Amino acid sequence: MQDPIRIVLAKIGFDGHDRGLKVVARLLRDAGFEVIYLGLRQTTDAVVAVAEQEDADAIGLSIHNGGHLTLAPRMVAAVAERELGVPVIVGGIVPDRDIQALLDAGVAAVLGPGTSGADVVAVVRSTVAPE
Amino acid sequence: MSLRSLTVDELLDQASKGDRRAIGRLLTLVERGGEAADQVAKLTHPDAGQAHVVGITGAPGAGKSTLTGRLAAGLAAAGHRVAVVAIDPSSPLNGGAILGDRIRMDEPIQTTEGADPSNVFIRSMATRGQSGGLAVAVPGAVRLFDALGFDPVIVETVGVGQIEVDITAATDTTVVVVTPGWGDAVQANKAGLLEVADIFVVNKAERPGASDARRDLELMLDLGGHPAWRPPILMTTAVDNVGIDDVSAAISTHLGHLRESGEIEARRAVRARSEVATRLHAILLARVDETMATPEGQQVLADLNDGVVAPVEAAHRLSNDV
Ligand SMILES: Nc1nc2c(ncn2[C@@H]2O[C@H](COP(=O)(O)OP(=O)(O)OP(=O)(O)O)[C@@H](O)[C@H]2O)c(=O)[nH]1
Ligand SMILES: [Mg+2]
Repeated sequence: MQDPIRIVLAKIGFDGHDRGLKVVARLLRDAGFEVIYLGLRQTTDAVVAVAEQEDADAIGLSIHNGGHLTLAPRMVAAVAERELGVPVIVGGIVPDRDIQALLDAGVAAVLGPGTSGADVVAVVRSTVAPE
Repeated sequence: MSLRSLTVDELLDQASKGDRRAIGRLLTLVERGGEAADQVAKLTHPDAGQAHVVGITGAPGAGKSTLTGRLAAGLAAAGHRVAVVAIDPSSPLNGGAILGDRIRMDEPIQTTEGADPSNVFIRSMATRGQSGGLAVAVPGAVRLFDALGFDPVIVETVGVGQIEVDITAATDTTVVVVTPGWGDAVQANKAGLLEVADIFVVNKAERPGASDARRDLELMLDLGGHPAWRPPILMTTAVDNVGIDDVSAAISTHLGHLRESGEIEARRAVRARSEVATRLHAILLARVDETMATPEGQQVLADLNDGVVAPVEAAHRLSNDV
């Protein structure tokens, strides 16, 4: 049997609530993922340290405060520096015009606010390379 | 460099040099079970047996994770290398899990003065079908941490309404966390509590009813006569870091008691026996399936369906082949 996919979910930055991220956590749980839930106010360093201990297959970030163009590349760089080799997926409020910039910066996928539940699961799954 | 291509030997070598990615990877192998996990078990066994293994159990939401985080932070500040295995339930419906224990742990460890986060390793684990509040991989994970020099190793069980978990079969010292008002919820199970707990913690002690909870526990312990170790009852407000040092002190006092009384050997013998029994059950179960699939097995099952033999006879006929 294959291992369940393990994903770290965190919200980076100082903005308010994590309702959306909780919904994503439940979606992924119901699709058979093991979700390591970190919730609010995380830093990229903290997330990377957790991904390392948890041997996570992917990192999912929720960014709502408009900081995605700095925070997401910083996360990608931190993952590369520690040689974790895991995809970084960004959700939250990302304007369409910024999506390509994030992908160019090494983000594996961007999930906008309109993404359906089924798409969230499918996209996350597709970013995790089979062993 | 990808870790996925390293052998168990190489991973252990990296891990013993403090490579946290390698430790994380080894834990995944242990969780997966099978050949690689067996190899990790074999290779770590000789170096294990040094660490104090501490279990933290109690009802859902009692504050186990908050307490564990505070304990780990305090121990790290005192110079220990601490490992935590934090268990949450897998969904029986889809196998998924939300592992939310460490959300309460990372922050105190990062913010406690003198606590070096690199001296604490926390791994979240889903039960993956195991009942009793633990995961199948717990003994293997504990042994790995132990062999790598982490001491203590703290295991947080799933929140259980009834304290009847297998935690005592996995740890040296068991801390049972209750909250004010707990007594109403677990009336029926007080006797079980006594058998499990080495230390009681009344958490959320700032709430009304805390001293009642303590008195309830004292009365219950009084009924238990005069055992060699009477579980202390400690009051904590884990969110505010109140009372944590006392819990830490009680945990090490209990270890002293286990050593002086020789009970530590007895407990570890029970633990080893239980792990062997679990493994043996798994091996036998696999053989049962194999036996049923053989031609003889199929024949007996056919006879069973034809009403020629009763189920118990069918089982006896096949039992020698298992
Ligand atoms: N008032 C109060 N709340 C506390 C205290 N300790 C923890 N909590 C809160 O209780 C809630 C549950 O705490 P956890 O540490 O997650 O409890 P747990 O026993 O690990 O929960 P499960 O793992 O889900 O069974 C959180 O909201 C904590 O902030 C305390 O001393 N006082
Ligand atoms: Mg918990």
